[in-house]
Amino acid sequence: MKFAVIVFPGSNCDRDMYHAAKDALGEEAELVWYQTANLEDYDAVLLPGGFSYGDYLRCGAIASTSHIVTEIKKHAEKGKPVLGVCNGFQILLESGLLPGAMLRNKNLKFMCHFENLVVQNNKTMFSSAFSEQEVIALPIAHGEGNYYCDEATLQQLKDNHQIVFTYENNPNGSVHDIAGIVNKEGNVLGMMPHPERAVEDILGGADGLKLFKSIVMNWREAYVAGA
Amino acid sequence: MLQAPEVTPELIEQERLYAEMGLTEEEYQLVVKILGRKPNFTEIGIFSVMWSEHCSYKNSKPLLRKFPTEGPQVIQGPGEGAGIVDIGDGQAVVFKIESHNHPSAVEPYQGAATGVGGIIRDVFSMGARPIAVLNSLRFGNLTSGRVKYLFEEVVHGIAGYGNCVGVPTVGGEVQFDNSYEGNPLVNAMCVGIIDQKDIQKGIAAGIGNTVMYVGARTGRDGIHGATFASEDLSEESESKRPSVQVGDPFMEKLLIEACLEVIHCDALVGMQDMGAAGLTSSASEMASKAGTGMEMNLDLIPQREQNMTPYEMMLSESQERMLLCVEQGREQEIVDIFEKYGLQAVAVGRVTDDKLFRLLHKGEVAADIPVDALAEDAPVYHKPSSVPAYFEKFQKMEDYYPEVKNYGATLKALLQQPTIASKEWVYDQYDSMVQTNTVVAPGSDAAVLRVRGTNKALAMTTDCNSRYIYLDPETGGKIAVAEAARNIVCSGGRPLALTDGLNFGNPEKPENFWQMEKSVEGMSAASLKLNAPVISGNVSLYNESGGQSIFPTPVVGMVGLIESLDHITPSHFQAAGDVIYVIGETKPEFGGSELQNILENKYFGKAPAIDLDVEATRQNQLLGAIQAGVVASAHDLAEGGLAVALAESLFDLGFGCSVEVSGDIVTELFSETQSRFLVSVKQENQAKFENLVENAYFLGNVTDTAELEVSSNSDVVLKESVAQLKSLWKGAIPCLLKSKA
Repeated sequence: MKFAVIVFPGSNCDRDMYHAAKDALGEEAELVWYQTANLEDYDAVLLPGGFSYGDYLRCGAIASTSHIVTEIKKHAEKGKPVLGVCNGFQILLESGLLPGAMLRNKNLKFMCHFENLVVQNNKTMFSSAFSEQEVIALPIAHGEGNYYCDEATLQQLKDNHQIVFTYENNPNGSVHDIAGIVNKEGNVLGMMPHPERAVEDILGGADGLKLFKSIVMNWREAYVAGA
Repeated sequence: MLQAPEVTPELIEQERLYAEMGLTEEEYQLVVKILGRKPNFTEIGIFSVMWSEHCSYKNSKPLLRKFPTEGPQVIQGPGEGAGIVDIGDGQAVVFKIESHNHPSAVEPYQGAATGVGGIIRDVFSMGARPIAVLNSLRFGNLTSGRVKYLFEEVVHGIAGYGNCVGVPTVGGEVQFDNSYEGNPLVNAMCVGIIDQKDIQKGIAAGIGNTVMYVGARTGRDGIHGATFASEDLSEESESKRPSVQVGDPFMEKLLIEACLEVIHCDALVGMQDMGAAGLTSSASEMASKAGTGMEMNLDLIPQREQNMTPYEMMLSESQERMLLCVEQGREQEIVDIFEKYGLQAVAVGRVTDDKLFRLLHKGEVAADIPVDALAEDAPVYHKPSSVPAYFEKFQKMEDYYPEVKNYGATLKALLQQPTIASKEWVYDQYDSMVQTNTVVAPGSDAAVLRVRGTNKALAMTTDCNSRYIYLDPETGGKIAVAEAARNIVCSGGRPLALTDGLNFGNPEKPENFWQMEKSVEGMSAASLKLNAPVISGNVSLYNESGGQSIFPTPVVGMVGLIESLDHITPSHFQAAGDVIYVIGETKPEFGGSELQNILENKYFGKAPAIDLDVEATRQNQLLGAIQAGVVASAHDLAEGGLAVALAESLFDLGFGCSVEVSGDIVTELFSETQSRFLVSVKQENQAKFENLVENAYFLGNVTDTAELEVSSNSDVVLKESVAQLKSLWKGAIPCLLKSKA
């Protein structure tokens, strides 16, 4: 399976995402500069964390207007997986691939530590290696991870089982403790916690690796004959 | 603001305008002699920043020469952007510490942010990828609104910059004492990693080669920053706010990636960042180091504002700028690389053979100065030194012995002292994990980062107990180096080298100069003994406010090599049943202790003694035991003594301990005797451990009841709930910040 890690000016978790896919997962991965023409060569797209365009204007806002996002939309329309983490999630929100918006953390401070998450939906292509209600530990590292959406949107998210991960102890004020959501079709996941930072025991835990393994497992089942 | 066109060389002399820029009459006369004429306004401005203490080390050079700087592991000692040490496999570690004290005192967010930005540039300008930042911070006690503001905004500024550029902030220390009330210290250290074949130098070599400017445009911010950093803080310092630079971490991130790409282009000859004294220092130093001259056309400098004068351009300290020397005719290759990142690389000058630094502006020569006069020929002063009266008084005092009635209450009070209390409020705001190499995150003795693709790791720390240095600079200087090395050893590493961040008061006061002299002597002795040569550093003088000097604070930043990932050792207890030892005897030493601070609200008497032979032996033996795999945890004994170290060892995993002390209880629990370690060992490894480590005294066991229990002669003298101790320790700083000033 071949992963594209999209690199915007100011991305800073791009290499971490690359190493997670390439070294920890053992799949093909490439760093793809945001000016690349198209994403046809890739099976999955990873939007890494960081501060694309310095978070100027709004987190993810400037990156969401770039040509590559049009390509990411095309890729998503084909039903292929797109994972946006942290700033990647913010870009997915700004580009309309996922509903809702991000506010500053309720304590107005950047925070970086491990948080426990609860797997609310293990029937997505990103979470099938987890069991339902499994508690996993992933690092968070953000200043604007306070997920917000209106009542109607929240109801839709619930009705369509789009809420994949929630925080066990909500650190940032997110609506309904939301840590990660998928689109209706289930192939675009945005999440604030960093699975790519938890893929080896030496880094404090490997729960994030299961997320990447889910992607590969489901892709093999869908696309590789006889798998 | 002075306007250049109106100011003639004659006026500068008559009105003594050079004095306003920080030059003395003698220094002005020296400039006249060097030039063979009176300097114009731009030239005198250039001399004044290059000859400031910050750039020239004119007051500290004679002391810095005392540091041991050599060793088989040293690839690059002091003199370049940062020092470089061999770590094997063709790789090297690059590091340096730098101060941003004065800017942080008047504009804490930007002061701290640009301190981080500057030190990161020093590291990647060598060709290294920055992998970690550490910060050594000092503030007044968290009681006044102003100090709380400085503390909160400095932390905020470090987070704002460091998080954005994607370099993890992994460690450091924060201490609080009244002496820093008006003059906080903000020292930032950056560590980078490099393949030795990629090492760059800041040189402008090859006559006719092109000088290129990259990065942010030059604005009017930070003019005379280096001069500002070289004078006392005062009531008027607030008016120096325009001397503080404004940072753009996004621009820095682009520069990092572009520069690390450009080092692989063989058209690049040399590269240096524009730090203190901006364009002036980078250009003149690059030429001076290469033995060449340089001519620049200032009309070509990318400018943020209109009608900038040569004086303003040369003295601006606008951030995120680099100067490159490129092979003539190959400029386009460089332009293309920077263009990918949306950055401009502009040819602004050329390397000449006349050893002159010549600046052209609107068709006229704006400055024409022998380049070595700026970078090499600054005057060097041997300041008078005299033993302060307080030191002689302290040395004659009876040994201080504190009166303690309730051991438990004393331990609780110590844990709530901000210097000892948990710094989670600080480091939770820093991204400590980006780049996914952080094995031991902030909150331990030393931070540990694995070296990707190898089985090795790097341990890094900053340390300096300035109370001991105030009481006795030579002993305190030894302790600062020894403590840093202890932290490296506890985490499983062997010290490689150190970088020094020397923060002192006004060197023109002989007592201050004596403190500098003695602490450098102490640090040198320890550095030599512990095989950790000084490879880079920074000097920040004139740290005073209201006529009061800060405590002498020579911060030690140290990096060590952990030879195998298996050697990485935690600082907290690992399992119930493990056996607890303290290595080293404990004596009644309370001068400069945290307990003295609590009980007396001041520091006096003698600093704890240190024997460097004993220190070296213990460190070697402990490291040997760690490498043999018989140590479960190791923690150095520092502020607050054994009781605090025991408590800290319990907070992470929630175990308890039951220990027995013999001898004087107050001394055993709270003394700050040096060269001691608290270790835990699995029962089956006890015999092996005792064979490898001398002077290890059995204390007791780790238990699974979460209580810290200490007995003496079989009587329980201290018994406290670990949960309660932890909540006091963890809540102390947030609590102080919330309370009304």
